Amino acid sequence: MKAFEYDRAGDLAQAVGSPAMLIAGGTNLLDLMKLEVATPDALLDITRVGLNEITSEGAGLRIGALVSNSDCAAHPRIRADWPLLSRAILAGASPQLRNKATMGGNLCQRTRCGYFMDGRSPCNKREPGTGCAAQGGVNRNHAILGASDACIATYPGDMAVALSALRATVETEGPDGIREIAMRDFHRLPGDDPSRDNVLKPGEVITAIRLPAPIGGRHLYRKVRDRASYAFALVSVAASIRMDGDRIDAAQLAFGSIAHKPWTDERVEKLLVGERPTPALFGKAADLLLEDARGQGHNDFKITLVRRALAAVLAEATGE
Amino acid sequence: MAQRPAARLSVNGQSHEYHGDPRRSLLDVLRLDLGLTGTKKGCDHGQCGACTVIVNGRRINSCLTLAVMHDEDEITTIEGIGTPDALSTLQAAFVAHDGFQCGYCTPGQICSATAMIEEIRQGWPSAVTADPADKPAVAEAEIRERMSGNLCRCGAYDNILAAIRDAMAQTEAAR
Amino acid sequence: MSDTYDTPDTRDMLDRTRQGVIGKPLDRPEGPLKVAGTATYAAEYVRENCAEGVLVGATISTGRVKKIHRDLVMAMPGVLGVYSSERMLRRAAQGTAGEAPEQDVSKVDFPMQPVALVVAETFEQATNAAKALQIDYDDQSGDAQFMPQDVDAEPAADPITAGDLDRAMRDAAHSVDLAFTTPGHASAAMEPHAAIAEWDGRDLTLWGSLQMLTYNVAELADSLGIDPKHVHLLSPYVGGGFGSKLGISHEAVAAAIAAKELDRPVRVVMSRQQVFQSIMRRSETEQRIRLGCGTDGRLTAFGHEALVSNLPGEEFSEPVTQASEFLYAGENRLLAVRKSDITRLTAGSVRAPGEAVGMQALEVAMDELAEAAGIDPVELRKRNLPDEVPGEGTPYSSRRLVEALDAGAAAFGWNKRSAKPCARREGEWWIGMGVASAARVNILAKAEARVTLTADGHVIVETDHTDIGTGSYAILGQVAAEMLGQPIDRTTVRLGDSRLPSGAGSGGSWGASSTGSAVFLACEAIRATLAQALGCASDDLLLQDGKAWAEGVEPRPVTDLLSEDLTRTGKIEPGKLMEKVNQSTYGAFFCEVAVNAFTGETRIRRMTGAFGFGRVLNAKTARSQCIGGMVWGIGSALTEELAFDSRDGHLVNHDLGEYHVPVHADIPDMEVILLEERDPHASPIQAKGVGELGICGAAGAVANAIYNACGVRLHDFPMTPDKLLADLPDPFAPAA
Repeated sequence: MKAFEYDRAGDLAQAVGSPAMLIAGGTNLLDLMKLEVATPDALLDITRVGLNEITSEGAGLRIGALVSNSDCAAHPRIRADWPLLSRAILAGASPQLRNKATMGGNLCQRTRCGYFMDGRSPCNKREPGTGCAAQGGVNRNHAILGASDACIATYPGDMAVALSALRATVETEGPDGIREIAMRDFHRLPGDDPSRDNVLKPGEVITAIRLPAPIGGRHLYRKVRDRASYAFALVSVAASIRMDGDRIDAAQLAFGSIAHKPWTDERVEKLLVGERPTPALFGKAADLLLEDARGQGHNDFKITLVRRALAAVLAEATGE
Repeated sequence: MAQRPAARLSVNGQSHEYHGDPRRSLLDVLRLDLGLTGTKKGCDHGQCGACTVIVNGRRINSCLTLAVMHDEDEITTIEGIGTPDALSTLQAAFVAHDGFQCGYCTPGQICSATAMIEEIRQGWPSAVTADPADKPAVAEAEIRERMSGNLCRCGAYDNILAAIRDAMAQTEAAR
Repeated sequence: MSDTYDTPDTRDMLDRTRQGVIGKPLDRPEGPLKVAGTATYAAEYVRENCAEGVLVGATISTGRVKKIHRDLVMAMPGVLGVYSSERMLRRAAQGTAGEAPEQDVSKVDFPMQPVALVVAETFEQATNAAKALQIDYDDQSGDAQFMPQDVDAEPAADPITAGDLDRAMRDAAHSVDLAFTTPGHASAAMEPHAAIAEWDGRDLTLWGSLQMLTYNVAELADSLGIDPKHVHLLSPYVGGGFGSKLGISHEAVAAAIAAKELDRPVRVVMSRQQVFQSIMRRSETEQRIRLGCGTDGRLTAFGHEALVSNLPGEEFSEPVTQASEFLYAGENRLLAVRKSDITRLTAGSVRAPGEAVGMQALEVAMDELAEAAGIDPVELRKRNLPDEVPGEGTPYSSRRLVEALDAGAAAFGWNKRSAKPCARREGEWWIGMGVASAARVNILAKAEARVTLTADGHVIVETDHTDIGTGSYAILGQVAAEMLGQPIDRTTVRLGDSRLPSGAGSGGSWGASSTGSAVFLACEAIRATLAQALGCASDDLLLQDGKAWAEGVEPRPVTDLLSEDLTRTGKIEPGKLMEKVNQSTYGAFFCEVAVNAFTGETRIRRMTGAFGFGRVLNAKTARSQCIGGMVWGIGSALTEELAFDSRDGHLVNHDLGEYHVPVHADIPDMEVILLEERDPHASPIQAKGVGELGICGAAGAVANAIYNACGVRLHDFPMTPDKLLADLPDPFAPAA
């Protein structure tokens, strides 16, 4: 690990606009610092600035950025009204990591691409301009949607997939003030600048995540992985589906580990609404979702897997 | 440049001041500075659970946290859970059920399970809880899922499960 | 007392002794230390003024080191030295090598091979400096081959042939001709390789994590160019080995060299990534299995061929067909292993080399033959157990395979299995059952142990043997307590110190039977002395709870017969019996799986194993060995795979996050049936090995259950969802 200056922020104001790398749970940052994939000169510890409350905002909820993943998943209102979020958080990592990881930090976790993590292979995300060793390499867990010639890495997390489905927003405070970013717009596609994972600006701090009023219905998070637990997703599907009689009344969907960001497609959600759930409908939804999907060789299977995982989730959520 | 803040750690009830290299993980402070080598380093990246300790009542991977970040925190390591002559109920159950072989993952398993039992008592859901809104059952599937952050390469899982169940039953009976 | 083991010991001595501790499911004596965190592993010894060393891996695949830019790193805070010498190891030593492996780290044989050691005052300084070390290379990777298929493979040994396999296949009423692949595996012991080296003049003390100290002393001394008498190794607790710590590795030699140079203790702990990248892998395999039988299901054709790999110059080749030599009948045979020389990290022993991957393929092939012949798979196996080793004519010692299959089937409820796949669906899940045989060679190794019966009636067992989780502390004490008639709590076992007599070492499943026999023989010598003192024949002596007596001789406290501590050394060497009689271990696996009809995820629902491996020395620790093996089998079946980059041979998934050993949630209820037997041909204590048997075939049972569940027959391990997806039936179609 490279040497750095360490300091503790006493309040949020000290963190906003700070040139230092912020650290809270540290479960991903310290992992990368040990590998010297991340080499900050200064760390600012923000664990003591508050931002650790979950409060009701009308029918919605405001979750402080420093609430731990565990506390969020175990919160009575989240379990009752947004169980999708609980399920997604609990599907990720291990209890030990969830106890430490924070909501804001989790959004900022970086890809698990082996070529990014090894600290030496060509990687445009780690060292812009060096190339992408994952293309033509071991890419079983890489993107099938939204990838670019510069980068085929995926966003590896679970929580953000649920938040994307639920149309949460991210509240930030930066040198230019407070702003609210739609969760679906928070992470970026790689394009020709994969070094940036999200739209945060320098000095900008995530302060909270907002959940809009719950829409009810069934909330499912289906994570397909190589181990039964403690493994990153091959693909995941987050779904909140509300029925009206025998027709789908509302559908919120997002997909994990298939793109550089939690993948959402409003066209697919719209296609489902008002329809009777049938295997044929699920197939049509998958066709639309995957019309631009492209495998890299080892990950071609993800195209089939997403199709089948989506069908499973929709069948379970609609009772078909 | 800010002056580097020190950290006052309370480890197994004993107070320690740490003002060394801020790069040092809580795990390495325990092992190297405090001589508490019961906490093990298996991967140093949060991928095995051998370094699990309990901080302010919660289990964490001590490898993925800096010691300087634990000012005023209450830390419990395996040495604080029991000694060879005075084992905790869970430790004794691990011996009786052979819930280990090489013993290297064992302190982490026991710290993790100690905290897990409390999490179940508090009604925290897990990934296998049928409805997250419900209080979880004390079922084997729940324990297996909740202990999945602790690898055991010797493959003692079946015995670890038996040990945990036995200790939970003993504790419940004693209540 | 010394014994080259040439005639079977049929006295059933341990059945006639009276103490009643042998075989009992006693707790491990070191258990309280392990659960309380006070058992001390290699890196945990406190040495005054100890410096920290971190190894540096090569960033090229193969070539030479041209220049190491030491100066920049030497100027970094706390850095004490940068070492890169002709004595440092390029590769780890293979098991039982007893001499230095390839040395001289100015050459690079494989990607991330250690080429230097950076030593600093603190671990943080050393890791940072190791990252910063710039090295210029003469990169010769252009000529290297990274894929086993791209190389002309050479036979690893003479093929075993009999009759005419091709013709027998043509003539067979039923036959299968199948191609399998298994990927590389890592031992992934939980404790990373570690060493603390400290010199006192010419004498080196090294605290290491090692499986076989007698060999390790020789390897380390040879590597350093010193006399073995100056090397003292300590390894009382080992955080798992599984083959990865059979021979000395990079960290031990590097620590010793740096400690000498700096004249202070040096600790070198490999990072988890370095363990993956530079310690032995199990070779990937390609296998072709041909089986043919008559209408009666009796095998007439048996072919098992394999392609494995290793680094150029390494003799070790995964002995894939090892159990195929003796397990099943078939008069027309071909067994052959070829090896490709490729540029990947060294291949060597990983738990149950050979059978671990050979048996899982063979047992799938047997399942397919059973289906083709319309015979129950349990029955097909029972019909094909030969009376003598095919082609050799060697008899078998003990073989309880039929009993294992029958007992396992009964306990598991095999009769509830549908012979047809896709017969049982529960919600999203297809449910199926599978069976496989277990088989593994058994070896008796040279071993020595010293036993002392103290004047006040304590038993002390001493040997440099190790306990890597196998239960050595428990079972060696039980053998001695049983033989000398003392309660187990008056028995102390001291292990893992190279100054003690040479045990067999932990590897090849031979530790318990070999070192256990040495303890047994030492105790026999003590018994002889006691018998003389009591005035009876040695075989008539009865000992229990500290009392000695014989038919017609009044009981006396043993301590009355002792004027001083009585110490004897027992020694065993393998003899003619190893050649004359095939001594193997056997068992059967039964497994129920659920396969998700949508996603192809497989979950093991329950698993039963029944095993016969000679005398059970401790039913608790033996069962633990079995369940551990079965967990490895599940990993091999479902999750474990080393992924190498085909362009430069580097290991891509080099950590525990991406190399998937099973977690708690992957492992179901496990049932183990221990079939007691006595194998006097195997060892004087009539025990065989059990450390590896539990893997050998287990993954085949899982694969067969997957087929039975969902109708997808795979031949490529591990059977991850991506491989199952393509052929899964329509999830919405009703069950057959």
